[in-house]
Amino acid sequence: MTTAHAEASKDTFPHEPEKATLEGRNKVLAFWLFLGGEAVLFGTLFATFLALRNQTNEGPSANELFHLPLVAAATFILLVSSLTSVFAIQAMHRNRPALLRNWLLVTVGLGLGFLVLEIYEFTQYVRHEEFGMTTSAFSSAFYTLVGFHGAHVAFGIAWISILIGQLARKGLTVVTAPKVYVSAMYWHFIDVVWVFIFTVVYLLGKVG
Amino acid sequence: MDWLTTVDHKKIAILYLWAGGLFFGIGGIEALLIRWQLIKPMNNFLDAQTFNELITMHGTTMIFLGVMPVIFALMNAVIPLQIGARDVAFPFLNALGFWTFLFGGILLNLSWVMGGAPDAGWTAYTPLSTSTYSTTHGVDFYTIGLQIAGLGTLIGGINFLATIITMRAPGMTYMRMPMFAWTTFITSAIILFAFPAITVGLVLLTFDRILGANFFEVGAGGSPVLWQHIFWIFGHPEVYILILPAFGIISEVIPTFSRKRLFGYSSMVFATILIAFLGFMVWAHHMFTTGLGPVANALFSVSTMLIAVPTGIKIFNWLFTMWGGQVRFTTPNLFAVGFIPTFTMGGVTGVMLASAPADFQFHDTYFVVAHFHYVIVGGLVLGLFAGLHYWWPKMFGRMLSEKLGKWTFWTFIIGFHLTFFVQHFLGLMGMQRRVFTYLPNQQFDFLNLVSTIGAGLMGVGMIIFLVNILLTSRKPADASNDPWEDGRTLEWTIPSPPPEYNFKQTPLIRGIDAFWKEKVAGNKGMTPAEPVGSIHMPSATILPFTMSIGIFIAGLGFMFSRDEFGNAFMSFLFNNYIVTAIGLIITFGSMLMRSLYDDHGWHIEPEELEGSERT
Ligand code: HEM
Ligand SMILES: [Cu+2]
Repeated sequence: MTTAHAEASKDTFPHEPEKATLEGRNKVLAFWLFLGGEAVLFGTLFATFLALRNQTNEGPSANELFHLPLVAAATFILLVSSLTSVFAIQAMHRNRPALLRNWLLVTVGLGLGFLVLEIYEFTQYVRHEEFGMTTSAFSSAFYTLVGFHGAHVAFGIAWISILIGQLARKGLTVVTAPKVYVSAMYWHFIDVVWVFIFTVVYLLGKVG
Repeated sequence: MDWLTTVDHKKIAILYLWAGGLFFGIGGIEALLIRWQLIKPMNNFLDAQTFNELITMHGTTMIFLGVMPVIFALMNAVIPLQIGARDVAFPFLNALGFWTFLFGGILLNLSWVMGGAPDAGWTAYTPLSTSTYSTTHGVDFYTIGLQIAGLGTLIGGINFLATIITMRAPGMTYMRMPMFAWTTFITSAIILFAFPAITVGLVLLTFDRILGANFFEVGAGGSPVLWQHIFWIFGHPEVYILILPAFGIISEVIPTFSRKRLFGYSSMVFATILIAFLGFMVWAHHMFTTGLGPVANALFSVSTMLIAVPTGIKIFNWLFTMWGGQVRFTTPNLFAVGFIPTFTMGGVTGVMLASAPADFQFHDTYFVVAHFHYVIVGGLVLGLFAGLHYWWPKMFGRMLSEKLGKWTFWTFIIGFHLTFFVQHFLGLMGMQRRVFTYLPNQQFDFLNLVSTIGAGLMGVGMIIFLVNILLTSRKPADASNDPWEDGRTLEWTIPSPPPEYNFKQTPLIRGIDAFWKEKVAGNKGMTPAEPVGSIHMPSATILPFTMSIGIFIAGLGFMFSRDEFGNAFMSFLFNNYIVTAIGLIITFGSMLMRSLYDDHGWHIEPEELEGSERT
């Protein structure tokens, strides 16, 4: 979208473009519902993990395995990416498509950074600690919970990237705005889940 | 082709109905085979392995693939009409939900011809279902097929929630919503919170079986009881997913044919919500004999019995609705009235089972089989029959034959009680569930014979129903808007079958039983809430279909990723996850297409509306 176009539509552009149409409102509502379901999904995975976290089957335990600095760095990156996605939505509300795109790009970049760290972490475990999916009940639960989250991050990255492409082609409209908004909700959600993972899996693993 | 691309909720309803009918038929044949095997002691009609596969597939098929889509069919056919909406909130997702459901179901049933059906019971208890004890691909078909089908159900649930929250016609407050809309709403909420749990359970079991994970392998620290918790946290709410819509149907049918308002409408609403809530609290009543300890057993026992209170409220409200009404025993109402005592009996045995010490005696006997069939068949299936006969003219524009309908009712309900009533006694006398034969002279012989004869009679009832459908479909589609003449809700204000856009003008709702209220006030129809204008419609699309095919291929690919094929090329394709990848590419490619090409839909202009109006 060119600046001229954006200027022209400035006064007609609604304040909350994601809720300007019934379709937009439906989308946001349904996404809240979907996140409710996702919460149950992760809740079940957490419960499974908690039930099995000490079942190491003579393989490595959490305490031997985890290096907090690496995980803390990943946590930091992901939290910042949540912040940048907030900036993106603010840019959207102020009808600044270029700024919106830039913040989304930063968010995607940070997401990729997180994913790289996670993949690095997993390969370390598999190569040097002989800690794989089949090692113990603990390892299965660990890889499934954390891996599920990682897959969500990967999906989010792909999704937001496609949206960036779409914004470039179609501009910021009442059709594209709900999609951006919903993807930001998703991104916050996986961030919140990570906070729980950091606490329940890593911190608890180190101390208990 | 039209059917592959449709996003119209009324057509999707019909698709659900045919798919459900197909799977119900398969499940029914499986039931008859099981009963044939049990007709006499030491029968060698089936061997033990086949019997295990049959009971597993019968239970799984009936619960996930048989009755669920018929429920969804009725919801799709009726809900937008009842709340005065032109469509559901997400027509595209609606189609996607159907196709994923169908392909999941097909995948599951392919197991019969691709090397062995699942054989660990519909609950797939570990360790029976782990690769140590279940060595064919059967359970893989179970985990992956149900996963795909469950995805469709979840999508459908979210869609109905959003539809009911945002698409109600002006004036339709929550407390003016028809009961079937209410129960659909609550059912969808249960789906939303229960299905993700089984999603995880199925993933874990898949990982154990295909990736060698250890969630349920005791030797490596896993826990089989974990499976039971996850399964029943989903599984118990699931039975309310099944029964609440039936409650909704009964609450529509009985007032219509009593020419009276539903007694205690608001208590019905709150009872529904309460049942849903309690439904999540009681899962461990399936695990009394697992060894959770007396405290847990006591708590779950009491919370289970609590559900009898809201359920009792419902039963009494139905009775009070009929009380003093001008009751007409049409086929739908026969089924609805037959539902009440039958379901109540199932409820009574439920309370008996909820008593933990008694359950040690009942557990895994035919008493349990009798109980849940009273609830599911005597409750839900009778409810579905009531709903199908009731809304058939609305869906297809043709009245089913009343005469054949009554024949269906009597053969089915007599057959039903013959089959399952005696099973209570078989259970009390100690006949075990899921065992492929029994020794003679334990007093099991005669009652089993009776039970099998009853099952045959139920089959006859089903056939009469099919004949009814067949004969009806050859008659002209001439049902009026309100063929039962006492319709109370909005769906009876528009033609049968409804036009694509449902309502030419969105109606204004002035009270509970909106249409009835207008009738009483002497009006012919609803007051419109908007002028006649152009109507926006979503376009048809093949993408939901291709997305589901993609998931189906990916599922198959993943399932066989560890297999040795005689053929090097096949091994290469499967063992390197190439088939899986192809499937996922089809799915994600379709998603990408969806997001890249805008679908603005199309409009029906006012002139066309006038033209298509039927008188
Ligand atoms: C229509 C006639 C039906 C007949 C004659 C019938 C008969 C049977 C029989 C004989 C069993 C095996 C019991 C055992 O050995 O453990 C069984 C199990 C079962 N049935 Fe049915 N059934 C019918 C309909 C249904 C329906 C409509 C549903 C559900 C919607 C259903 C759900 C189940 C379930 C969940 C099981 C347990 C399977 C297992 O143990 O894994 N049945 N049925
Ligand atoms: Cu239960």
